[in-house]
Amino acid sequence: MKQLITLNVNNETIEVYTAIHKTLLEVLREDLQLTGTKHGCELGECGACTVLVDGEPVLSCLALPIELEGQAILTVEGLAVDGELHPLQQAFADNGAAQCGYCTPGILLTAKALLDHHPHPSRDEIRQALAGNLCRCTGYAKILDAIEAVRVP
Amino acid sequence: MEEFDIIGQPLPKVDAVNKVTGATPFADDLSLPRMLYAKLLGCHHPHARLKAIDTTQATALPGVVAVITGADLPVKYGIIPSSQDETGLAGDKGRFVGDPIAAVAAVDEETAERALELIQVEYEALPAYLSIEEALDQKGEPIHDSGDQGNIHKLVSLEYGDPQAGFSQADYVRDDTFFYQGNTHLPIEQHAALAHYTADSRLTLWSSTQTPHYVHRLLSKALGIPMSRVRIIATPVGGGFGGKCDLFGHEIAAAKLAMITGRPVKITLTREEVFYTHRGRHPVLMWVKTGVRQDGSITAMHFKTFLDGGAHGSYGIASTYYTGALQTVTYKIPAYKFDGLRVFTNKPPCGPKRGHGTPQPRFALEVQLDKIAEALGLSPVDIRRRHLVEENSHTVNHLRITTCALDECLDKVVKASGFREKHRQLAYGRGIGLACGSYLSGAGLPIYWNDLPHTSVQIKLDRGGGVAVYCGQADIGQGSTSVLAYTVAEVLGVGLDHIQLTVADTDLTPIDLGSYSSRVTFMMGNAAIQAAEKLKALLLEAAADMLELPVGALAARGGRIFCVDDERRSVPFEQAVQRAEAQHGALVAMGSYTPPKLAGPFKGSGVGPSPAYSYSACAVEVNVDPQTGEIKVEKIWIAHDCGRAINPLLVEGQIEGGVYMGLGEALMEEQSFRRQQHKSPSMLDYKSPTTLETPEIETLIIERPDPGGPFGAKEAGQGPLLPVPPALANAVYDAVGVRIDEIPITPEKVLKALDLKRQGKAARVGPKGIPNVTFPKPVWVEPHSGAPKLEAE
Repeated sequence: MKQLITLNVNNETIEVYTAIHKTLLEVLREDLQLTGTKHGCELGECGACTVLVDGEPVLSCLALPIELEGQAILTVEGLAVDGELHPLQQAFADNGAAQCGYCTPGILLTAKALLDHHPHPSRDEIRQALAGNLCRCTGYAKILDAIEAVRVP
Repeated sequence: MEEFDIIGQPLPKVDAVNKVTGATPFADDLSLPRMLYAKLLGCHHPHARLKAIDTTQATALPGVVAVITGADLPVKYGIIPSSQDETGLAGDKGRFVGDPIAAVAAVDEETAERALELIQVEYEALPAYLSIEEALDQKGEPIHDSGDQGNIHKLVSLEYGDPQAGFSQADYVRDDTFFYQGNTHLPIEQHAALAHYTADSRLTLWSSTQTPHYVHRLLSKALGIPMSRVRIIATPVGGGFGGKCDLFGHEIAAAKLAMITGRPVKITLTREEVFYTHRGRHPVLMWVKTGVRQDGSITAMHFKTFLDGGAHGSYGIASTYYTGALQTVTYKIPAYKFDGLRVFTNKPPCGPKRGHGTPQPRFALEVQLDKIAEALGLSPVDIRRRHLVEENSHTVNHLRITTCALDECLDKVVKASGFREKHRQLAYGRGIGLACGSYLSGAGLPIYWNDLPHTSVQIKLDRGGGVAVYCGQADIGQGSTSVLAYTVAEVLGVGLDHIQLTVADTDLTPIDLGSYSSRVTFMMGNAAIQAAEKLKALLLEAAADMLELPVGALAARGGRIFCVDDERRSVPFEQAVQRAEAQHGALVAMGSYTPPKLAGPFKGSGVGPSPAYSYSACAVEVNVDPQTGEIKVEKIWIAHDCGRAINPLLVEGQIEGGVYMGLGEALMEEQSFRRQQHKSPSMLDYKSPTTLETPEIETLIIERPDPGGPFGAKEAGQGPLLPVPPALANAVYDAVGVRIDEIPITPEKVLKALDLKRQGKAARVGPKGIPNVTFPKPVWVEPHSGAPKLEAE
């Protein structure tokens, strides 16, 4: 069954006519062509599809858009403002924190939520916050370095 | 002035901004108008004849556009020419649970999935072989009718020099058995491909592949259409690690469905399908006998390996030889024997994973050395440090060593970790272990035998100063596209903003064999330098005319060409380009790289040679809880000899990633089966290290430029994984005095060994023996004249 759903994605109000059982991940990627949000398992296990909903990390593969009307959804495409990279994006680039870059969007958003709530986390607190985001390339070291470079000391 | 402008700088990758903004187009991000979605039906049995497949109901389902089976894809292929045992979809029989036997193209994935349920398959179950022992004890029909005999895919035996004499001259001889469990790549990106067959009878396949050239060759064969009508575009790979090096059934099925329907067809594997697609680390059972003198010098080694290959050949012949090839490149070994066996089993096929066939024997060798050192009362540092291979020498099995900075690696790691102060001196439960490793900077021979270059780079200069660079290499996240830009920009003396890159497209780019065997930086880098040097010569000549100076007085740096004695006398790069174009016509140059002929004069010598070897030394400190068996890794120190770091930031990233992956294998990762079913085909159940299990890693880059490498560079992508599992095993022994001769080292195994110790039995968990296999009479090989000699006492 399809339905017209109104979503707020990256500060843009978007109407989408879509099947109500489709996940937020599917609607973002397939209906809205926002392919920056990735999938690694579609079972809530890898963290690759993380987006922010009202500032909180949400696994978009487990979320239904119909429940998110009226809430602010932020994807990786919305992180840079007016062509300026978000400081986390710049730090990930400068520190070599994105190798293949496939887990990167989910990790950036998880890190943004952490820093928004808690501007000066310790390295161990960063580890805790990222424990649900798998990365196979980096050994996490450069990711932790990049987030440390952005945190308020 | 610094020696280089770009080489050696910790620069962001050229594609970093695309990666952090989500703009990088991975295969599943692509879509085309009227695109269909494909799904695969996997075999339900581990080994079964496919007596009949009825697709009538599936084809009739509204929304289904085409259904194909093995009958549509009968041509056999395989990555190794002597091992052609795959078809796009299984035809005669299914050989493992999940083996693709049919494919559906439909208007959406849900319809395709519903259609799979409507396909009726009549199976005739055959005896399933699920372990090395079962495969060898073949009671019914073998899995393939190819291979060496029955279920034995490959049986090799090679003897170099006189191991018997070596053992007889030894003061101490011991043999040990080890097991290294299989594990899988677990790329976060699931394999995906998009096929498009256009009205002009041309097929384009975008695919998440590390090896677009091999996919090009094999897809052409599997579909029976000429390579000239097939275009492969390797999309940026979202994690490879060796897992995307074969041609896969899903790629062939998508291409075939696109040809039948005339519409674009996309296929993306589910995570469960990725686990069953596999091609990962072989489970290897090993037996190693080593003879040493009192000083720890090795007099002879005999190594036997037994590989559980899974259902296909894949890279398995190479994997088999690799389990015996690189034992000799770290410490002097004057006599060596290798027996290797690979069997087919009814499980997902194994293949190459980071380190390809060498982490398993490296684990065995380095743990056994630790045991030998203890028996002889030697330090684990000294037994290694005193017997390193010489630079500019050969090994007994004819491998050419150029540079080897393992001495410096060991010294730096021992110092940084405080190994000598800690080993055997930490409190019970706490321990430190040491190990070394070495890996190829690119395989010396291609997968299919030929005399052609392994890589080529084309550069075209634009009148506006743009430098367009073309190469078939595929970036899998390691930064190879960036390395291409760095090398060309450095030689031409321009900034990276001048460089435009076109890569991994068989229509547009000259061939590179692919991102495997740690070959790209070394080989592509040399080709890029060669191409850039040709153009630089023309530019210097043009500038010499303009400045009325001899060419020898000029240098190209900083976007201009200038007189080295008087930098005010200069011409901008683009003006030199224009002048040279006026003189010579379009400015296009090619560079190629073919490794020197390094293979020894014997059958089986093709696996192991490399133009240069990287070296690593690693120390791991652990805290083992004797109550729970839990291992907490406190810290890892690693020194890696990469010749020269083209970009130290990326080299560190490769080293840290390799250490992490080795640690995952050592502690928890297992591709294991409950009979024919994968035990953990999900990312929740297949345990891999998160941020919480990955310790701090102290990385020491050791630079001793290799004369054959681009700017002296050797590899960094695979070697650093190798010493991690044995260093961890040795650390666990140092902590609680038990030997876990088996990977992964789980808490259960630690507790079991501690229990045995309490009972006064041998405090060891590991394999008890090896299968009773008669290896063929070995091929005897005269050691290379430059190899270490067995000195008479």
